[in-house]
Amino acid sequence: MRHFVVVGILVIAMAVLTYIGLDSAGLMPVQASAQSVPIDRMWNEQVIAMSFLFALIVVPMVYSLVVFRRKKGDTTDAQHIEGNTNLEITWTILPLFAVVAFAYLGGNSLAQTLRADPEATVIKVTGRQWSWSFEYPEYGVTSPELRVPVGKQLHLQMTSTDVIHSFWVPEFRVKQDLVPGRVTEMRITPTMEGSWKVRCAEICGASHYAMETPVIVMSQAEFDAWMAEQVALAAEAAATPEGRGQALVNASGCTACHAINGVGGNVGPTWNGVFGHEVELADGSVVLADEAYLAESIKAPQAKIVAGYETQLMPAYGFTDEQIADIVAFIKTLR
Amino acid sequence: MMKSRSVGSGLLLLLVGGVIGYGVGLGLDFVVTGVLNFSGSVAGLFALLASVTAFFFGVYGYRGITRGLVWQVLGTILGGLFVTAIRFLMGLRGTELFGTFFFSEPAWVFGALVGAVSFLFGVGVMDDWVKWARGIDTPEHHEDKPGWEKYLGVSLDHKVIGVQYTITALVLISVGGLFALIFRTELAASQLQFLTTTFKLFNQTGPQIYNALMSLHGMIMIVSILLGISGIINYVVPLLLGAHDMAFPRMNAFAFWVAVPASVLLLMSLILGGFETGWTGYPPLSSRGPVGVQMFFLGVFVAGWSSILGALNVIATVMRMRAKGMTAMRLPILAWASVATSIIALTATQLIGLSFQLVMFQRLFGMGFFDPTKGGNPVLFQHLFWFYSHPAVYVFVLPGLGVISELLPVFVRKPLFGYRWVAMSSLGIALVGFIVWAHHMFTSGMNEYLRVPFMYSTLLVAVPTGVKFFSWVATIWGGKISTPTPMLFVLGAIIVFLMGGLSGPPNATVSVDLHLHDTYFIVGHFHDTIFGGFVFPFFAALYYWFPKATGRRMNEFWGKVHFWLMTPSFLILTFGMMRIGLLGMRRRIADYDPALGFDTTHLILTICGFAIALSVLIFLINFFHSMKHGEKAEGNLWASRSPEWQVPSPMAAHNYEVPFEVVGEPYDYGLPGSKYIEFAPAQGKKH
Repeated sequence: MRHFVVVGILVIAMAVLTYIGLDSAGLMPVQASAQSVPIDRMWNEQVIAMSFLFALIVVPMVYSLVVFRRKKGDTTDAQHIEGNTNLEITWTILPLFAVVAFAYLGGNSLAQTLRADPEATVIKVTGRQWSWSFEYPEYGVTSPELRVPVGKQLHLQMTSTDVIHSFWVPEFRVKQDLVPGRVTEMRITPTMEGSWKVRCAEICGASHYAMETPVIVMSQAEFDAWMAEQVALAAEAAATPEGRGQALVNASGCTACHAINGVGGNVGPTWNGVFGHEVELADGSVVLADEAYLAESIKAPQAKIVAGYETQLMPAYGFTDEQIADIVAFIKTLR
Repeated sequence: MMKSRSVGSGLLLLLVGGVIGYGVGLGLDFVVTGVLNFSGSVAGLFALLASVTAFFFGVYGYRGITRGLVWQVLGTILGGLFVTAIRFLMGLRGTELFGTFFFSEPAWVFGALVGAVSFLFGVGVMDDWVKWARGIDTPEHHEDKPGWEKYLGVSLDHKVIGVQYTITALVLISVGGLFALIFRTELAASQLQFLTTTFKLFNQTGPQIYNALMSLHGMIMIVSILLGISGIINYVVPLLLGAHDMAFPRMNAFAFWVAVPASVLLLMSLILGGFETGWTGYPPLSSRGPVGVQMFFLGVFVAGWSSILGALNVIATVMRMRAKGMTAMRLPILAWASVATSIIALTATQLIGLSFQLVMFQRLFGMGFFDPTKGGNPVLFQHLFWFYSHPAVYVFVLPGLGVISELLPVFVRKPLFGYRWVAMSSLGIALVGFIVWAHHMFTSGMNEYLRVPFMYSTLLVAVPTGVKFFSWVATIWGGKISTPTPMLFVLGAIIVFLMGGLSGPPNATVSVDLHLHDTYFIVGHFHDTIFGGFVFPFFAALYYWFPKATGRRMNEFWGKVHFWLMTPSFLILTFGMMRIGLLGMRRRIADYDPALGFDTTHLILTICGFAIALSVLIFLINFFHSMKHGEKAEGNLWASRSPEWQVPSPMAAHNYEVPFEVVGEPYDYGLPGSKYIEFAPAQGKKH
């Protein structure tokens, strides 16, 4: 009996100490979104349960190892206790209730993170190997960084152009995969101004580790000023073919494969200095890269394949003739 | 000085074979591509295959495993040439006929398949079946010659096969661990240090090699675990049951030997362009990569056969070959755990084979199973994949938990507390394990309401797992506890598995998992479950049953050094992983943002990783040294009630010379006058 009392006290003390230790270690990043609050609350409840169960198993085990260890020279067996059905039923039923209670709390917590605000700002997120782009349909602006006003719910509508990616800002907690061929949704309400990063959380190839881009949460006034600037720049660009072409290139993720000014992927040939020069094709022939050639290569990528890129298959993007003319105009500016 | 066959001549031939293979590969590559690629795939592949084959030739001569490997290489080349010839007749020429890796992808896949089948014929595991098909009789029992040579060829003795499984598992654990050390070193500091973007090996850049090593670490360790549990089960379970062998000895040998070409295929994947998908191989990423992805899929597919057939054998053996009087509730607990694990392996493994096969066909034949542009669905793959791969983790841990329950009573000198409950909890875990798979997919874009029932089912696993923990603690409570090395590993297993168990429920509650998914928290969590559920019990079992297999015991001092070096290092490693995971460290990244401030932690983790590797090295030296030089231990070293310890070690060729009958409970320590088994009075030998 004395053993049980001592162990009981030790279990409680150990549970409290473990919880205090874990709680003061600062396990989570800053809470920067409304969704992080219910998640952190749920996490905290888990830490309480963890601390208690840790103490409940480890304390009697260590106590037994110290107190009941075999004395030197004792070769006899211990007391013959086969089990106790009531005890077994107890530690089956009680955890069962605890588990259902936790699942119920978990369901509530999930519901809170999903709560939708009908006024939410829609942002279209596109992930591709290995970059992000964010389209603000209300403004007709596309940006490689995510800039948002504080305190307003964001309704992210996300898709991928190639493989699966995953949108995760640790300070916002919630995470959602981007799946090619469909749109997945997530709602985030930033509650703190600051600068963080969205980090791709689903392995997506060689440069997966580098698929990060800034997320900047700012005041409504700052956001409006930035957006006005972007809208003006977009309008300016839209007035010229090469400006429209550049916007299209940015929005379509062309630079994931084609490097421009040394920035971008090397899956496809670079565009710098291609216009007006001769290009060697895979079949050994040589063509002059004029407007017709560039337009054809966008419309039917497999028609003429540049030497060295035989194994790379570029999809046909379905641009209109005007859009293709704009992109060609943009490529012409790249020297 | 050197005998014609010895490890020394093997190592010499390994070197010579490696150089010759490298030269031949380099030449072939040059003929096809016109470039001398010194760090290329073809040269690397030939060097690997030639050196391994030459090593076994030096050690063992041209028979058994050597002949298997030679046949695998020839089969691969012939299969590849066959498809290449067809492609040539179809009018393909030049780079279309061949690829970056000498053969084109279809040629590699077909060649690799032919190679794997050729291995099985070459090694001789099909001999009896071939003879039967030709109407030739074979003896029921094949006698092995005494000595170590039987381990390198086909044997039908479950004890030999158990040792073959175990040694192969230790080899793969070493290879997988070596891979981990390489990428762990790269992670020691932020920025890319040696696996840089300009680094080139096997047609891969540094980050690609990182991804390939990380992915292969996962899959090689999984295969090594499957082989490790098969090793323990194969060796021990027939002894526990009083059987003279497994139910189907030839299928048993087949299940082991099919894992060898599978391991070769997995290693080939690293060289043939690698695969950077993680061990999960999600499409569309896995439907794009180089040939290496196909070798990975094929390797897992072939290894799956080992698992399925092995499981079938275990179930049949436990069902049909128990000693007289061994009723269900007098079955040793490890046999219960083996049945539970085998039920899962027998019924779920097909799903990972299927899901990988579908991606193989998507790549080879343009079938659009998971390709959205053809009406396919990438998320469907994840459902198929996890329908095996979640229950698989219970395949990994249930035998280990069985080992814990089996050994605890011996070292506390008390009955296993609540035997029936512990036995049934294994089945409970196995069954609940089938309905929880989608908790790996909470962020995948699956139906968002379906996440809630999967949260309930996942948390439910805590109930039978809790029964095990509470029963273990109650077993230890009041026992007369001694702590030789096997018991230390049992206790370590309980603590480490507890860490894995406690860090599990946060991943099951959907909202918290939205933060934890695909982070280092998960990496820390599952390493705890696998080390606690497999690695620690595996070592416990090796230290415990080593005397049974060899008649000698392993060195106790170095065993304790192994334990006290590995356990703290491992706990720090996983705590550190979980901590940075919560703070924003993603999984499967070759480099991390220095602004996160994880450099110090990662350095500590790397040091811990090397400490674990050192402890395993100490174990390996102890293991192989003790085989010949260990202290003699031929009796009932641990004072166990279990039948295998009631006869002298090492075990006779057909196990028990005299059959035994079960007359009591298996774990009745402390009950005066009780007996578990009684040997039948000596009569005519029965074989």
